[in-house]
Amino acid sequence: MQKKKTKWVLYSVVITIFTFLTGCEPLLVLDPKGPQAERQASDILMSIGLMSFIVIVVFSLLIYMLVKYRASKQSADYEPPHIEGNIWVEVIMVGIPVIIVAFLSYVSVQSNYIVEAKPKGYEDTKPLVVYASSSDWKWHFSYPEEGIETVNYLYIPTDRALEFRLYTYGPITSFWIPQLGGQKYAMSDMVTTLHLAADDPGEFMGRNANFSGKGFAENTFNVTAMSQEDFDDWVKEVKETAKPITEKKFEELLEPGHLGQQTYTGTHLEFSPPPTGHNHSEESSESHETENQPDSHTGHEGMSH
Amino acid sequence: MDFFDRFAVPHPSVAIYASMAAIGLTVIAVIAGITYFKKWGYLWREWLTTVDHKRIGIMYLLSALLMLFRGGVDAIMMRAQLAVPENTLLDAQHYNEIFTTHGIVMILFMAMPFIMFFMNFVVPLQIGARDVAFPRLNALSFWLFFMGAMLFNISFVVGGSPDAGWTSYFPLAGNEFSTSVGTNYYMIAIQIAGIGTLMTGINFITTILKMRAPGMTLMKMPMFTWSALIANVIIVFAFPVLAVLLAMGTLDRQFGTQFFTMDNGGMDMLWANLFWVWGHPEVYILILPAFGIYSEIISTFARRNLYGYKSMVGSMVIISLLSFLVWAHHFFTMGQGALTNSIFSITTMAIAVPTGVKIFNWLLTLRKGKIVFTTPMLYSMLFIPLFTLGGVTGVMLAMSAADYQYHNTMFLVAHFHNVIIPGVVYAMLAGLHYYWPKMFGFMLNEKIGKWTAWLLSIGFVLAFMPMYASGLDGQARRMYTYSEAAGFGLLNMISFVGAAIMAIGFVLIVYNIYYSTRYESRDISNDPWDARTLEWSTHTPVPEYNFAILPEVRSNEALWDAKKNGHVLFKGEYEKIHMPNNSGIPFIMSCIFFVWGFSFIFSLWIPVIVTTLGIFGCMALRSFEQDHGRYISVKEIEETETNLRGA
Repeated sequence: MQKKKTKWVLYSVVITIFTFLTGCEPLLVLDPKGPQAERQASDILMSIGLMSFIVIVVFSLLIYMLVKYRASKQSADYEPPHIEGNIWVEVIMVGIPVIIVAFLSYVSVQSNYIVEAKPKGYEDTKPLVVYASSSDWKWHFSYPEEGIETVNYLYIPTDRALEFRLYTYGPITSFWIPQLGGQKYAMSDMVTTLHLAADDPGEFMGRNANFSGKGFAENTFNVTAMSQEDFDDWVKEVKETAKPITEKKFEELLEPGHLGQQTYTGTHLEFSPPPTGHNHSEESSESHETENQPDSHTGHEGMSH
Repeated sequence: MDFFDRFAVPHPSVAIYASMAAIGLTVIAVIAGITYFKKWGYLWREWLTTVDHKRIGIMYLLSALLMLFRGGVDAIMMRAQLAVPENTLLDAQHYNEIFTTHGIVMILFMAMPFIMFFMNFVVPLQIGARDVAFPRLNALSFWLFFMGAMLFNISFVVGGSPDAGWTSYFPLAGNEFSTSVGTNYYMIAIQIAGIGTLMTGINFITTILKMRAPGMTLMKMPMFTWSALIANVIIVFAFPVLAVLLAMGTLDRQFGTQFFTMDNGGMDMLWANLFWVWGHPEVYILILPAFGIYSEIISTFARRNLYGYKSMVGSMVIISLLSFLVWAHHFFTMGQGALTNSIFSITTMAIAVPTGVKIFNWLLTLRKGKIVFTTPMLYSMLFIPLFTLGGVTGVMLAMSAADYQYHNTMFLVAHFHNVIIPGVVYAMLAGLHYYWPKMFGFMLNEKIGKWTAWLLSIGFVLAFMPMYASGLDGQARRMYTYSEAAGFGLLNMISFVGAAIMAIGFVLIVYNIYYSTRYESRDISNDPWDARTLEWSTHTPVPEYNFAILPEVRSNEALWDAKKNGHVLFKGEYEKIHMPNNSGIPFIMSCIFFVWGFSFIFSLWIPVIVTTLGIFGCMALRSFEQDHGRYISVKEIEETETNLRGA
């Protein structure tokens, strides 16, 4: 118990320092709003705590040596001894780091399987599948089951697993919503899967984190999390008001440049399906129908380059 | 005019035109100066054709310092651009070019030659040899590196700089998205410099294995020599990967192959994988010799033998093996799955163990010592805490699930600068101060030196610590601007202030060189630091044959033995010394390589063919040339030795 307490004291010190540095707003990554980001934030804080211990040990040893063994503190005729290594010192020197690394490896491996699976707490929900594809310098979000598509903004329901299928019509990009979870690459020759979930309604920053050329800095999108009912209402509204996305329209959207937020009915998956390259990390999921499109190897034909 | 259009910079600005004018005027001034002072002959005889490892080393040093300032100007421009939100000092294109060239220049054309300088200057002296195993090859290595670096630098004013990041990931760097010749410069210039580095690797492995002084077994080699040996082994394994990778990139860009393209089965992540198969060992090529330098300096100024010699060697061997097993940690977010990530996560963290052993050995070397705070020692003592910070954030990054949040952010940028600046750059500056008297016969001013070390460290902390926070706050790396609402403004402003303080530090180094050249005493001994290894046992300045009589060694601190335990280093009589002749071929061949590279970059195939023939011609010439070197007579040796002793 005592141990846990000191740990949390350490954490709060670290957080306070960071908070102070950033002008009193909590850092996005350390202010998680979903289970994946929470796991990552707790790993980060735990490792900061553990690493601070190592840093303190090294700093103290260094200061001790420098203060104690300065030449000015010793007599002029002091001759430092010749000391070879000592097996027991070396065992400690290797042993303690090995224990620390082993512990961190254990946590790391565990976390790997957690972030690559359906988010904790939402295992029983049917995931909302969103195809997130990037083009220079936009994001296209296709909701195949809802039959709608948006550009540069993302509406998601809370309390439900989200499964993002990522790919790109341009250079490698990286899909990242810091408060919901870490990023993953979107590539042109395969689809990668990112599992996220949002606990509470709210607005989040999303962006491409991987450098992709001139328009990279502005390659962002807005994320709004809302209750399932609000989400359903939004889908219904889109279906009633938005125009359908056509092949020609989609080709226009792919042209390099920046766009505002846009909304369409239908998805581009029908005429420009995602690449079919293999993807090791894909976990089982209920809705594969969109992947079984005929002539699915034409993923890049919509491109104008 | 179409022919000349290709040489124009695609995205010019006032700064670029000003640089063109400045470069032009400097070249004219240098040529005029050399002609006026009638130094062409001297330059040719003493430097351009030299095969002396000490002079080649000094040329590496000058190139590295030159490139340090080129890369440093890039850095300060980036920090200035990001100092305030929505700044318009640079536009996106210029910012992209600047961070790309900053990375390449600092790693390949600044840090690498700096390491090469130490290996060239120190290793033969430290093992009691008269030169490297292949002196002419060594000259060729240098000139290929130099021409590669110059070729890369002219991209700024001819044809445009590369702008796809120093990692140059495809397909961004492919023809689809990088249409200017900038990335061709990347492929060809690094290729030419890389061939030189590979040759250095072979040269120094041979030198260290075959040319050690009598009695110096492997486990009696000084620690810097050990680190150089291991770094060169890594070079020989890693650099062929880079050569093949760059060749594939060139083929994709200029000959229509499809290794990394988006269509026709090209694999974009293949580039990333191969790049880091070379790129990760590359950082150990830089850091291991740096560790070697610290080992020498800490032991010298703690006035004690290095603690745990065997574990120091062992840890470097383990690091070199692990360095080839961690490359995928550069893209945990590629989607290769939890199992693969777990494996690379563990191998990466494992590197912390041998690195930790080294840190503790240095700390224990201080124990029971008699610590003298000279400038090199000050840098080393600042290195230990700052590098530890960088090291532990490396362990944090190695946790792959958490890395999904650090990847591609300023957190990562903070981490690798946090290991490279205190790790490599401080080692170079410490080593520069340490070996300066051996090279030039006078010390660098200690007071200015210490000021510099403190300024650099304060600047460093201010410049890079805020990046850890801004990264966790969602600031991606390589963003040329950010909005006010993002809230990164204050942190980036602190970074800029830190960078400016570091800039003052680097200017002080130049001032120190100027000041010391003018005012420091020339009356110094051969061993001004009271050091422990062989390089301090010969005269200052070092005669061209290094040692009139080859030393005999019985421990890893041969000179210390001689000073304290009455060991006799130099036994016997003078004998005539066999030395290699100077040769113009390495320089001429590298000049041809320069023209070859330039023509290749612009797809000018006729000059490419002509220069290719020229390169083979030089090699053929060498093959048929009869050159058995020359002898320095006993009389000459006696004269030189008497002069040096008298001085």
